Amino acid sequence: MTALLRVDEVGKRFRGLTAVDKVSFSIEPSTIFALIGPNGAGKTTLFNIIAGLITPDGGAITFAGERIDRLPPDAVCRRGIGRTFQLVRPFPNLSVEDNVIAGALLRRPDVVRARHRAHEVLWQLDLFDRRHQRASTLTLPDRKRLEVARALATDPKLLLLDEVMAGLRPAETDRMVVILTKLNRETGLTILLIEHVMRAVMALASRVLVLHHGAAIAEGPPSAVVREPAVIESYLGAEAVE
Amino acid sequence: MMARLIEGVPRRALVLLALLLAGLIVAPWLANDYLITTLILILYFAYTGQAWNVMMGFAGQLSLGHAIYVGLGGYASAALFVHFGIAPWLGLIAAVAVAVACGAIIGFLAFRFRVGGVYFAILTIAFAEFARIGFDHLSWVGASSGFFLPVANYSRSDLWNLRGSPTMFYYVILALTVGAFVLCHALLKSRMGHYWQAIREDEVAARSLGINTFRYKMYAVVISAGMTSVAGVFFAFYYNNLFPEQVFSIGRSIELILSPVIGGIGTLFGPIVGAFLLTGLSEAMQNLLSQLGIDVPGAKQVFYGLCLLAVVLAVPEGVWPWLKRGVGLKGEST
Repeated sequence: MTALLRVDEVGKRFRGLTAVDKVSFSIEPSTIFALIGPNGAGKTTLFNIIAGLITPDGGAITFAGERIDRLPPDAVCRRGIGRTFQLVRPFPNLSVEDNVIAGALLRRPDVVRARHRAHEVLWQLDLFDRRHQRASTLTLPDRKRLEVARALATDPKLLLLDEVMAGLRPAETDRMVVILTKLNRETGLTILLIEHVMRAVMALASRVLVLHHGAAIAEGPPSAVVREPAVIESYLGAEAVE
Repeated sequence: MMARLIEGVPRRALVLLALLLAGLIVAPWLANDYLITTLILILYFAYTGQAWNVMMGFAGQLSLGHAIYVGLGGYASAALFVHFGIAPWLGLIAAVAVAVACGAIIGFLAFRFRVGGVYFAILTIAFAEFARIGFDHLSWVGASSGFFLPVANYSRSDLWNLRGSPTMFYYVILALTVGAFVLCHALLKSRMGHYWQAIREDEVAARSLGINTFRYKMYAVVISAGMTSVAGVFFAFYYNNLFPEQVFSIGRSIELILSPVIGGIGTLFGPIVGAFLLTGLSEAMQNLLSQLGIDVPGAKQVFYGLCLLAVVLAVPEGVWPWLKRGVGLKGEST
Protein backbone atom coordinates (compact mmCIF):
# COMPACT_ATOMS: atom_id res chain seq x y z
CA MET A 1 0.00 0.00 0.00
CA THR A 2 1.36 3.45 -0.83
CA ALA A 3 1.62 6.05 1.88
CA LEU A 4 -0.93 8.87 2.03
CA LEU A 5 1.63 11.31 3.37
CA ARG A 6 5.37 11.01 2.86
CA VAL A 7 7.82 13.38 4.53
CA ASP A 8 11.35 13.13 3.13
CA GLU A 9 14.38 14.72 4.77
CA VAL A 10 12.42 17.83 5.68
CA GLY A 11 14.41 20.48 7.52
CA LYS A 12 13.89 23.99 8.84
CA ARG A 13 16.33 26.38 10.50
CA PHE A 14 15.42 29.62 12.22
CA ARG A 15 18.69 31.60 12.16
CA GLY A 16 21.08 29.41 14.17
CA LEU A 17 18.43 27.10 15.56
CA THR A 18 17.62 23.88 13.78
CA ALA A 19 13.94 23.43 14.50
CA VAL A 20 13.43 20.41 12.27
CA ASP A 21 16.46 18.33 11.28
CA LYS A 22 15.97 16.20 8.17
CA VAL A 23 12.95 14.30 9.40
CA SER A 24 11.45 11.49 7.33
CA PHE A 25 8.39 9.38 7.93
CA SER A 26 5.31 8.22 6.12
CA ILE A 27 1.70 7.63 7.09
CA GLU A 28 -0.41 4.81 5.67
CA PRO A 29 -4.03 5.58 4.74
CA SER A 30 -6.66 5.11 7.47
CA THR A 31 -4.15 4.92 10.29
CA ILE A 32 -3.51 7.15 13.27
CA PHE A 33 0.05 8.41 13.56
CA ALA A 34 1.35 10.30 16.60
CA LEU A 35 4.18 12.79 16.87
CA ILE A 36 5.57 13.09 20.38
CA GLY A 37 8.54 14.71 22.05
CA PRO A 38 9.50 17.29 24.66
CA ASN A 39 8.57 20.96 24.36
CA GLY A 40 10.60 22.70 21.70
CA ALA A 41 11.34 19.46 19.85
CA GLY A 42 9.99 20.90 16.61
CA LYS A 43 6.64 19.11 16.49
CA THR A 44 4.52 22.16 15.79
CA THR A 45 7.07 23.51 13.29
CA LEU A 46 6.95 20.22 11.38
CA PHE A 47 3.18 20.37 11.56
CA ASN A 48 3.09 23.89 10.17
CA ILE A 49 5.44 22.86 7.38
CA ILE A 50 3.06 20.08 6.34
CA ALA A 51 0.07 22.47 6.55
CA GLY A 52 1.86 25.03 4.38
CA LEU A 53 2.17 27.75 6.99
CA ILE A 54 5.98 27.46 7.03
CA THR A 55 8.14 26.77 3.97
CA PRO A 56 10.81 24.12 4.62
CA ASP A 57 14.49 24.79 3.81
CA GLY A 58 14.81 21.43 2.13
CA GLY A 59 13.23 18.04 1.63
CA ALA A 60 9.98 16.97 0.08
CA ILE A 61 6.43 16.38 1.27
CA THR A 62 4.21 14.22 -0.87
CA PHE A 63 0.50 13.89 -0.25
CA ALA A 64 -1.55 11.38 -2.24
CA GLY A 65 1.18 11.27 -4.86
CA GLU A 66 1.56 15.04 -5.21
CA ARG A 67 4.27 17.36 -3.90
CA ILE A 68 2.71 19.83 -1.46
CA ASP A 69 5.72 21.57 0.09
CA ARG A 70 5.78 25.20 -1.14
CA LEU A 71 1.97 25.26 -1.45
CA PRO A 72 0.15 27.94 0.61
CA PRO A 73 -2.06 26.72 3.50
CA ASP A 74 -5.36 27.17 1.66
CA ALA A 75 -4.12 25.10 -1.28
CA VAL A 76 -2.91 22.38 1.11
CA CYS A 77 -6.38 22.27 2.65
CA ARG A 78 -8.00 22.00 -0.77
CA ARG A 79 -5.79 18.96 -1.51
CA GLY A 80 -7.41 17.26 1.50
CA ILE A 81 -5.48 18.11 4.66
CA GLY A 82 -7.44 19.63 7.56
CA ARG A 83 -5.77 21.01 10.66
CA THR A 84 -6.37 22.37 14.15
CA PHE A 85 -4.25 24.90 16.01
CA GLN A 86 -2.42 24.24 19.26
CA LEU A 87 -3.77 27.49 20.64
CA VAL A 88 -7.35 27.21 19.43
CA ARG A 89 -8.47 29.86 16.97
CA PRO A 90 -12.23 29.62 16.52
CA PHE A 91 -13.98 32.57 14.84
CA PRO A 92 -14.99 34.18 18.16
CA ASN A 93 -17.95 36.33 17.09
CA LEU A 94 -19.55 33.73 14.84
CA SER A 95 -21.93 31.08 16.08
CA VAL A 96 -20.65 27.53 16.50
CA GLU A 97 -22.70 26.56 13.45
CA ASP A 98 -21.26 29.35 11.28
CA ASN A 99 -17.75 28.37 12.36
CA VAL A 100 -18.31 24.89 10.96
CA ILE A 101 -20.19 26.13 7.87
CA ALA A 102 -17.07 28.15 6.94
CA GLY A 103 -15.27 24.81 6.68
CA ALA A 104 -18.10 22.89 5.03
CA LEU A 105 -18.44 25.43 2.20
CA LEU A 106 -15.14 24.22 0.73
CA ARG A 107 -16.69 21.12 -0.84
CA ARG A 108 -20.29 22.40 -0.87
CA PRO A 109 -20.59 25.91 -2.31
CA ASP A 110 -24.33 25.89 -1.59
CA VAL A 111 -24.94 27.33 1.87
CA VAL A 112 -27.95 25.11 2.62
CA ARG A 113 -26.00 21.95 1.85
CA ALA A 114 -23.00 23.26 3.79
CA ARG A 115 -25.29 23.78 6.80
CA HIS A 116 -26.49 20.17 6.57
CA ARG A 117 -22.90 18.97 6.53
CA ALA A 118 -22.07 21.26 9.46
CA HIS A 119 -24.94 19.74 11.47
CA GLU A 120 -23.64 16.22 10.77
CA VAL A 121 -20.20 17.15 12.00
CA LEU A 122 -21.58 18.96 15.04
CA TRP A 123 -23.46 15.77 15.97
CA GLN A 124 -20.28 13.73 15.67
CA LEU A 125 -18.42 16.14 17.93
CA ASP A 126 -21.23 16.48 20.53
CA LEU A 127 -21.67 20.17 19.76
CA PHE A 128 -25.06 20.17 18.05
CA ASP A 129 -26.89 21.55 21.09
CA ARG A 130 -24.49 24.47 21.26
CA ARG A 131 -24.74 25.38 17.57
CA HIS A 132 -26.37 28.79 18.12
CA GLN A 133 -23.92 29.86 20.80
CA ARG A 134 -21.16 32.32 19.99
CA ALA A 135 -17.83 30.49 19.74
CA SER A 136 -16.27 32.89 22.24
CA THR A 137 -18.68 31.69 24.94
CA LEU A 138 -17.60 28.03 24.75
CA THR A 139 -15.49 26.32 27.36
CA LEU A 140 -12.01 25.13 26.40
CA PRO A 141 -12.98 21.47 25.84
CA ASP A 142 -15.85 22.64 23.62
CA ARG A 143 -13.58 24.99 21.70
CA LYS A 144 -11.11 22.15 21.15
CA ARG A 145 -13.89 20.01 19.71
CA LEU A 146 -15.06 22.95 17.61
CA GLU A 147 -11.57 23.15 16.07
CA VAL A 148 -11.82 19.50 15.14
CA ALA A 149 -15.37 19.95 13.80
CA ARG A 150 -14.40 22.90 11.62
CA ALA A 151 -11.42 21.07 10.12
CA LEU A 152 -13.48 17.92 9.65
CA ALA A 153 -16.16 19.87 7.76
CA THR A 154 -13.66 20.43 4.93
CA ASP A 155 -13.80 16.63 4.33
CA PRO A 156 -10.07 16.03 4.72
CA LYS A 157 -8.34 12.78 3.84
CA LEU A 158 -5.77 13.58 6.49
CA LEU A 159 -6.53 15.42 9.72
CA LEU A 160 -3.69 17.15 11.58
CA LEU A 161 -4.46 17.57 15.28
CA ASP A 162 -2.13 19.77 17.32
CA GLU A 163 -2.51 18.90 21.02
CA VAL A 164 -6.28 18.67 21.05
CA MET A 165 -6.14 16.92 24.44
CA ALA A 166 -3.97 19.52 26.16
CA GLY A 167 -5.77 21.18 29.04
CA LEU A 168 -8.59 18.65 29.05
CA ARG A 169 -9.66 16.71 32.13
CA PRO A 170 -9.25 12.91 31.93
CA ALA A 171 -12.98 12.44 31.26
CA GLU A 172 -12.81 14.96 28.42
CA THR A 173 -9.69 13.27 27.04
CA ASP A 174 -11.49 9.93 26.99
CA ARG A 175 -14.43 11.55 25.22
CA MET A 176 -12.11 12.92 22.54
CA VAL A 177 -10.36 9.55 22.19
CA VAL A 178 -13.72 7.87 21.61
CA ILE A 179 -14.72 10.46 18.99
CA LEU A 180 -11.43 10.19 17.11
CA THR A 181 -11.41 6.39 17.18
CA LYS A 182 -14.94 6.36 15.82
CA LEU A 183 -14.06 8.78 13.01
CA ASN A 184 -11.05 6.70 12.08
CA ARG A 185 -12.95 3.40 12.12
CA GLU A 186 -16.16 4.54 10.48
CA THR A 187 -14.89 6.93 7.81
CA GLY A 188 -11.35 5.68 7.30
CA LEU A 189 -9.99 9.12 8.16
CA THR A 190 -6.22 9.28 8.48
CA ILE A 191 -5.03 11.23 11.51
CA LEU A 192 -1.68 12.76 12.41
CA LEU A 193 -1.61 14.00 15.96
CA ILE A 194 0.81 15.85 18.17
CA GLU A 195 0.15 14.86 21.72
CA HIS A 196 1.61 15.05 25.19
CA VAL A 197 -1.11 13.05 26.86
CA MET A 198 0.45 9.61 26.65
CA ARG A 199 -2.66 7.67 27.57
CA ALA A 200 -4.36 9.18 24.52
CA VAL A 201 -1.37 8.34 22.33
CA MET A 202 -1.29 4.76 23.58
CA ALA A 203 -5.02 4.38 23.02
CA LEU A 204 -5.13 5.91 19.55
CA ALA A 205 -1.92 5.64 17.58
CA SER A 206 -0.73 2.65 15.61
CA ARG A 207 2.65 4.30 14.99
CA VAL A 208 4.59 6.93 16.89
CA LEU A 209 7.48 9.18 15.89
CA VAL A 210 9.57 10.76 18.64
CA LEU A 211 11.25 14.10 17.95
CA HIS A 212 14.04 15.52 20.08
CA HIS A 213 15.89 18.74 19.21
CA GLY A 214 14.30 18.62 15.78
CA ALA A 215 15.52 15.13 14.93
CA ALA A 216 13.63 11.83 14.87
CA ILE A 217 15.05 9.60 17.61
CA ALA A 218 12.60 6.71 17.44
CA GLU A 219 9.72 5.40 15.40
CA GLY A 220 7.47 2.40 15.71
CA PRO A 221 4.37 1.06 17.44
CA PRO A 222 3.71 2.95 20.69
CA SER A 223 4.31 -0.03 22.98
CA ALA A 224 7.79 -0.50 21.52
CA VAL A 225 8.70 3.19 21.34
CA VAL A 226 7.99 3.87 25.01
CA ARG A 227 10.51 1.20 25.97
CA GLU A 228 13.39 2.70 24.01
CA PRO A 229 16.05 4.11 26.36
CA ALA A 230 16.58 7.26 24.27
CA VAL A 231 12.89 8.10 24.42
CA ILE A 232 12.71 7.47 28.16
CA GLU A 233 15.73 9.62 28.79
CA SER A 234 14.76 12.58 26.62
CA TYR A 235 11.04 12.69 27.03
CA LEU A 236 9.14 10.30 29.22
CA GLY A 237 11.43 10.50 32.23
CA ALA A 238 12.65 7.73 34.49
CA GLU A 239 9.36 7.29 36.33
CA ALA A 240 7.78 5.98 33.16
CA VAL A 241 10.00 2.85 33.31
CA GLU A 242 8.11 0.54 35.56
CA MET B 1 -34.66 33.55 -4.65
CA MET B 2 -36.96 35.89 -2.73
CA ALA B 3 -38.03 33.06 -0.46
CA ARG B 4 -34.44 32.30 0.28
CA LEU B 5 -33.62 35.92 0.98
CA ILE B 6 -36.19 36.26 3.71
CA GLU B 7 -35.59 32.78 5.11
CA GLY B 8 -34.62 32.93 8.74
CA VAL B 9 -35.54 36.61 9.12
CA PRO B 10 -37.90 36.98 12.09
CA ARG B 11 -41.46 37.99 11.19
CA ARG B 12 -41.30 40.95 13.52
CA ALA B 13 -38.26 42.25 11.62
CA LEU B 14 -40.09 41.91 8.31
CA VAL B 15 -43.07 43.87 9.64
CA LEU B 16 -40.83 46.64 10.98
CA LEU B 17 -38.96 46.73 7.70
CA ALA B 18 -42.18 46.99 5.68
CA LEU B 19 -43.46 49.82 7.90
CA LEU B 20 -40.18 51.72 7.60
CA LEU B 21 -40.18 51.34 3.82
CA ALA B 22 -43.83 52.39 3.54
CA GLY B 23 -43.10 55.47 5.65
CA LEU B 24 -40.16 56.41 3.47
CA ILE B 25 -42.19 55.93 0.28
CA VAL B 26 -45.01 58.24 1.37
CA ALA B 27 -42.69 60.78 3.02
CA PRO B 28 -42.60 63.26 0.08
CA TRP B 29 -46.37 63.78 0.37
CA LEU B 30 -46.10 64.63 4.03
CA ALA B 31 -42.81 66.43 4.26
CA ASN B 32 -41.69 69.87 3.12
CA ASP B 33 -38.66 70.53 0.93
CA TYR B 34 -36.33 71.00 3.86
CA LEU B 35 -37.28 67.62 5.32
CA ILE B 36 -36.86 65.98 1.93
CA THR B 37 -33.32 67.31 1.52
CA THR B 38 -32.51 66.10 5.03
CA LEU B 39 -33.91 62.66 4.20
CA ILE B 40 -31.82 62.63 1.02
CA LEU B 41 -28.72 63.29 3.11
CA ILE B 42 -29.67 60.57 5.58
CA LEU B 43 -30.24 58.00 2.83
CA TYR B 44 -27.03 59.05 1.10
CA PHE B 45 -25.05 58.25 4.25
CA ALA B 46 -27.04 55.07 4.83
CA TYR B 47 -26.12 53.95 1.30
CA THR B 48 -22.42 54.84 1.47
CA GLY B 49 -22.22 53.38 4.97
CA GLN B 50 -23.68 50.13 3.67
CA ALA B 51 -21.10 50.08 0.86
CA TRP B 52 -18.20 50.72 3.23
CA ASN B 53 -19.56 48.08 5.58
CA VAL B 54 -18.97 45.38 2.95
CA MET B 55 -15.26 45.92 3.28
CA MET B 56 -14.91 46.64 6.98
CA GLY B 57 -17.98 45.11 8.59
CA PHE B 58 -18.07 41.93 6.54
CA ALA B 59 -14.47 41.29 5.50
CA GLY B 60 -12.64 43.21 8.22
CA GLN B 61 -10.59 45.46 5.94
CA LEU B 62 -10.49 49.03 7.26
CA SER B 63 -10.68 51.70 4.57
CA LEU B 64 -10.27 55.31 5.68
CA GLY B 65 -10.15 56.64 2.13
CA HIS B 66 -13.54 55.73 0.77
CA ALA B 67 -14.09 59.28 -0.47
CA ILE B 68 -11.85 58.31 -3.39
CA TYR B 69 -14.57 56.06 -4.82
CA VAL B 70 -17.26 58.72 -4.36
CA GLY B 71 -15.00 61.23 -6.10
CA LEU B 72 -14.01 58.95 -8.96
CA GLY B 73 -17.62 57.98 -9.58
CA GLY B 74 -18.77 61.59 -9.46
CA TYR B 75 -16.04 62.90 -11.73
CA ALA B 76 -16.30 60.06 -14.25
CA SER B 77 -20.05 60.41 -14.75
CA ALA B 78 -20.04 64.23 -14.62
CA ALA B 79 -17.21 64.49 -17.16
CA LEU B 80 -18.99 62.15 -19.56
CA PHE B 81 -22.20 64.16 -19.17
CA VAL B 82 -20.64 67.60 -19.56
CA HIS B 83 -18.15 66.79 -22.31
CA PHE B 84 -20.04 64.19 -24.34
CA GLY B 85 -23.63 64.49 -23.22
CA ILE B 86 -23.69 60.91 -22.01
CA ALA B 87 -26.55 60.28 -19.59
CA PRO B 88 -25.63 59.49 -15.98
CA TRP B 89 -27.15 56.02 -16.08
CA LEU B 90 -24.68 55.15 -18.85
CA GLY B 91 -21.94 57.15 -17.19
CA LEU B 92 -22.58 55.01 -14.16
CA ILE B 93 -21.02 52.05 -15.96
CA ALA B 94 -17.83 54.03 -16.51
CA ALA B 95 -17.94 55.32 -12.94
CA VAL B 96 -18.21 51.83 -11.50
CA ALA B 97 -15.49 50.56 -13.84
CA VAL B 98 -13.05 53.30 -12.78
CA ALA B 99 -13.75 52.78 -9.07
CA VAL B 100 -13.48 49.00 -9.37
CA ALA B 101 -10.15 49.36 -11.16
CA CYS B 102 -8.90 51.73 -8.47
CA GLY B 103 -10.09 49.40 -5.70
CA ALA B 104 -8.44 46.47 -7.43
CA ILE B 105 -5.10 48.32 -7.57
CA ILE B 106 -5.24 49.28 -3.89
CA GLY B 107 -6.37 45.79 -2.91
CA PHE B 108 -3.75 44.05 -5.03
CA LEU B 109 -0.89 46.19 -3.69
CA ALA B 110 -2.01 45.71 -0.10
CA PHE B 111 -2.95 42.03 -0.09
CA ARG B 112 -0.20 40.84 -2.43
CA PHE B 113 2.46 42.48 -0.27
CA ARG B 114 0.67 41.68 2.98
CA VAL B 115 -0.06 45.22 4.05
CA GLY B 116 -2.69 44.72 6.72
CA GLY B 117 -4.49 46.43 9.57
CA VAL B 118 -3.47 50.00 10.29
CA TYR B 119 -1.01 50.04 7.39
CA PHE B 120 -3.77 49.08 4.99
CA ALA B 121 -5.90 51.93 6.34
CA ILE B 122 -3.02 54.35 5.80
CA LEU B 123 -2.61 53.10 2.23
CA THR B 124 -6.28 53.87 1.53
CA ILE B 125 -5.82 57.41 2.91
CA ALA B 126 -2.74 57.84 0.73
CA PHE B 127 -4.65 56.92 -2.41
CA ALA B 128 -7.45 59.36 -1.59
CA GLU B 129 -4.82 62.04 -1.14
CA PHE B 130 -3.17 61.14 -4.48
CA ALA B 131 -6.57 61.55 -6.11
CA ARG B 132 -7.20 64.88 -4.41
CA ILE B 133 -3.87 66.30 -5.56
CA GLY B 134 -4.20 64.74 -9.01
CA PHE B 135 -7.67 66.15 -9.63
CA ASP B 136 -6.51 69.51 -8.34
CA HIS B 137 -4.34 69.66 -11.47
CA LEU B 138 -6.62 67.98 -13.97
CA SER B 139 -7.89 70.89 -16.04
CA TRP B 140 -10.15 68.65 -18.15
CA VAL B 141 -12.48 68.55 -15.15
CA GLY B 142 -11.87 72.06 -13.90
CA ALA B 143 -8.85 71.35 -11.66
CA SER B 144 -8.91 73.13 -8.31
CA SER B 145 -11.54 75.68 -9.35
CA GLY B 146 -14.16 72.96 -9.45
CA PHE B 147 -16.26 71.14 -12.01
CA PHE B 148 -19.85 72.22 -12.59
CA LEU B 149 -22.85 70.61 -14.16
CA PRO B 150 -25.21 72.89 -16.07
CA VAL B 151 -28.06 73.98 -13.84
CA ALA B 152 -31.35 75.08 -15.30
CA ASN B 153 -34.91 75.22 -14.13
CA TYR B 154 -36.56 72.05 -15.18
CA SER B 155 -40.28 72.17 -15.59
CA ARG B 156 -40.49 68.45 -15.02
CA SER B 157 -38.15 65.79 -13.71
CA ASP B 158 -35.94 64.13 -16.30
CA LEU B 159 -35.03 60.85 -14.66
CA TRP B 160 -32.87 59.67 -17.54
CA ASN B 161 -30.56 62.70 -17.27
CA LEU B 162 -30.99 63.00 -13.49
CA ARG B 163 -32.19 66.58 -13.75
CA GLY B 164 -35.12 67.56 -11.61
CA SER B 165 -36.69 68.18 -8.26
CA PRO B 166 -35.47 67.01 -4.85
CA THR B 167 -38.38 64.56 -4.79
CA MET B 168 -36.97 62.75 -7.82
CA PHE B 169 -33.53 62.59 -6.20
CA TYR B 170 -35.17 61.37 -3.03
CA TYR B 171 -36.72 58.38 -4.78
CA VAL B 172 -33.46 57.64 -6.59
CA ILE B 173 -31.44 57.51 -3.37
CA LEU B 174 -34.22 55.58 -1.63
CA ALA B 175 -34.13 52.97 -4.39
CA LEU B 176 -30.33 52.80 -4.15
CA THR B 177 -30.45 52.38 -0.38
CA VAL B 178 -33.05 49.63 -0.58
CA GLY B 179 -31.07 47.96 -3.37
CA ALA B 180 -27.86 48.11 -1.33
CA PHE B 181 -29.64 46.66 1.68
CA VAL B 182 -31.02 43.72 -0.30
CA LEU B 183 -27.69 43.15 -2.04
CA CYS B 184 -25.75 43.21 1.23
CA HIS B 185 -28.24 40.87 2.84
CA ALA B 186 -27.83 38.41 -0.04
CA LEU B 187 -24.04 38.75 0.05
CA LEU B 188 -23.90 38.15 3.79
CA LYS B 189 -25.95 34.95 3.45
CA SER B 190 -23.88 33.66 0.53
CA ARG B 191 -20.74 31.57 0.52
CA MET B 192 -18.76 34.75 -0.01
CA GLY B 193 -20.36 36.38 3.05
CA HIS B 194 -19.46 33.41 5.23
CA TYR B 195 -15.90 33.50 3.91
CA TRP B 196 -15.62 37.26 4.50
CA GLN B 197 -16.69 36.86 8.11
CA ALA B 198 -14.23 34.02 8.63
CA ILE B 199 -11.44 36.25 7.25
CA ARG B 200 -12.57 39.12 9.46
CA GLU B 201 -12.48 36.92 12.54
CA ASP B 202 -9.16 35.14 11.93
CA GLU B 203 -7.37 35.14 8.61
CA VAL B 204 -4.89 32.37 9.45
CA ALA B 205 -7.67 30.05 10.57
CA ALA B 206 -9.66 30.98 7.45
CA ARG B 207 -6.78 29.96 5.19
CA SER B 208 -6.47 26.65 7.02
CA LEU B 209 -10.05 25.93 5.89
CA GLY B 210 -9.04 26.23 2.25
CA ILE B 211 -10.28 29.81 1.81
CA ASN B 212 -8.29 31.78 -0.75
CA THR B 213 -8.17 34.87 1.44
CA PHE B 214 -6.47 37.04 -1.19
CA ARG B 215 -9.27 36.44 -3.67
CA TYR B 216 -12.10 37.05 -1.21
CA LYS B 217 -10.52 40.21 0.18
CA MET B 218 -10.20 41.45 -3.40
CA TYR B 219 -13.90 40.76 -4.00
CA ALA B 220 -14.76 42.77 -0.89
CA VAL B 221 -12.72 45.80 -1.94
CA VAL B 222 -13.97 45.74 -5.52
CA ILE B 223 -17.66 45.33 -4.60
CA SER B 224 -17.42 48.03 -1.94
CA ALA B 225 -15.63 50.41 -4.33
CA GLY B 226 -18.17 49.82 -7.10
CA MET B 227 -21.12 50.38 -4.77
CA THR B 228 -19.58 53.54 -3.35
CA SER B 229 -18.95 55.02 -6.79
CA VAL B 230 -22.69 54.85 -7.54
CA ALA B 231 -23.16 57.25 -4.61
CA GLY B 232 -20.58 59.46 -6.31
CA VAL B 233 -22.71 59.65 -9.45
CA PHE B 234 -25.68 60.62 -7.31
CA PHE B 235 -23.59 63.19 -5.44
CA ALA B 236 -22.37 64.87 -8.65
CA PHE B 237 -25.83 65.17 -10.21
CA TYR B 238 -27.53 66.19 -6.99
CA TYR B 239 -25.11 68.93 -5.98
CA ASN B 240 -24.05 69.86 -9.53
CA ASN B 241 -20.51 70.69 -8.46
CA LEU B 242 -17.33 68.84 -7.56
CA PHE B 243 -14.27 70.28 -5.84
CA PRO B 244 -11.26 68.00 -5.34
CA GLU B 245 -10.49 69.65 -1.99
CA GLN B 246 -13.92 68.62 -0.76
CA VAL B 247 -14.87 65.34 -2.38
CA PHE B 248 -11.53 63.60 -1.78
CA SER B 249 -10.81 65.10 1.64
CA ILE B 250 -10.18 62.79 4.56
CA GLY B 251 -13.01 64.56 6.36
CA ARG B 252 -15.40 63.14 3.76
CA SER B 253 -13.94 59.67 4.18
CA ILE B 254 -14.48 59.86 7.91
CA GLU B 255 -18.03 61.18 7.45
CA LEU B 256 -18.84 58.17 5.26
CA ILE B 257 -17.91 55.67 7.96
CA LEU B 258 -19.63 57.38 10.90
CA SER B 259 -23.08 55.91 10.20
CA PRO B 260 -22.01 52.26 10.36
CA VAL B 261 -19.66 52.97 13.27
CA ILE B 262 -22.46 54.59 15.27
CA GLY B 263 -25.13 52.18 14.07
CA GLY B 264 -23.14 48.95 14.29
CA ILE B 265 -20.27 47.72 12.11
CA GLY B 266 -20.98 44.50 10.25
CA THR B 267 -24.75 44.72 10.68
CA LEU B 268 -27.23 45.44 7.88
CA PHE B 269 -29.34 47.93 9.83
CA GLY B 270 -26.35 49.62 11.47
CA PRO B 271 -25.58 52.06 8.62
CA ILE B 272 -29.28 52.97 8.29
CA VAL B 273 -29.89 53.49 12.01
CA GLY B 274 -26.59 55.37 12.29
CA ALA B 275 -27.43 57.68 9.39
CA PHE B 276 -30.85 58.53 10.82
CA LEU B 277 -29.43 59.21 14.25
CA LEU B 278 -26.40 61.18 13.20
CA THR B 279 -27.70 63.24 10.31
CA GLY B 280 -31.18 63.56 11.75
CA LEU B 281 -29.99 64.78 15.13
CA SER B 282 -27.32 67.08 13.75
CA GLU B 283 -29.81 68.74 11.37
CA ALA B 284 -32.26 69.16 14.23
CA MET B 285 -29.56 70.69 16.38
CA GLN B 286 -28.47 73.12 13.66
CA ASN B 287 -32.07 74.10 13.15
CA LEU B 288 -32.52 74.76 16.81
CA LEU B 289 -29.32 76.80 16.97
CA SER B 290 -30.26 78.95 13.99
CA GLN B 291 -33.74 79.56 15.37
CA LEU B 292 -32.22 80.68 18.62
CA GLY B 293 -30.03 82.96 16.56
CA ILE B 294 -26.83 81.28 17.70
CA ASP B 295 -24.14 80.90 15.06
CA VAL B 296 -21.57 78.31 16.06
CA PRO B 297 -19.16 77.32 13.27
CA GLY B 298 -18.11 73.69 13.51
CA ALA B 299 -21.05 72.76 15.73
CA LYS B 300 -21.79 69.75 13.50
CA GLN B 301 -18.29 68.36 13.90
CA VAL B 302 -18.40 68.78 17.66
CA PHE B 303 -21.76 67.05 17.69
CA TYR B 304 -20.38 64.12 15.65
CA GLY B 305 -17.51 63.88 18.09
CA LEU B 306 -19.84 63.77 21.06
CA CYS B 307 -22.00 61.12 19.38
CA LEU B 308 -18.96 58.95 18.71
CA LEU B 309 -17.81 59.37 22.28
CA ALA B 310 -21.21 58.42 23.65
CA VAL B 311 -21.45 55.33 21.44
CA VAL B 312 -17.92 54.15 22.17
CA LEU B 313 -18.51 54.49 25.91
CA ALA B 314 -22.09 53.22 26.15
CA VAL B 315 -22.65 50.79 23.26
CA PRO B 316 -19.26 49.99 21.67
CA GLU B 317 -20.77 47.44 19.25
CA GLY B 318 -23.10 50.15 17.91
CA VAL B 319 -26.62 51.38 18.50
CA TRP B 320 -28.40 48.78 16.35
CA PRO B 321 -27.30 45.61 18.22
CA TRP B 322 -28.42 47.31 21.42
CA LEU B 323 -31.69 48.51 19.87
CA LYS B 324 -32.32 45.08 18.38
CA ARG B 325 -32.37 43.48 21.81
CA GLY B 326 -34.78 46.19 22.89
CA VAL B 327 -37.34 45.42 20.18
CA GLY B 328 -37.09 41.72 20.86
CA LEU B 329 -35.13 40.53 17.84
CA LYS B 330 -32.28 38.21 18.51
CA GLY B 331 -29.77 36.04 16.74
CA GLU B 332 -28.84 36.78 13.13
CA SER B 333 -26.21 39.35 12.31
CA THR B 334 -28.77 41.51 10.49
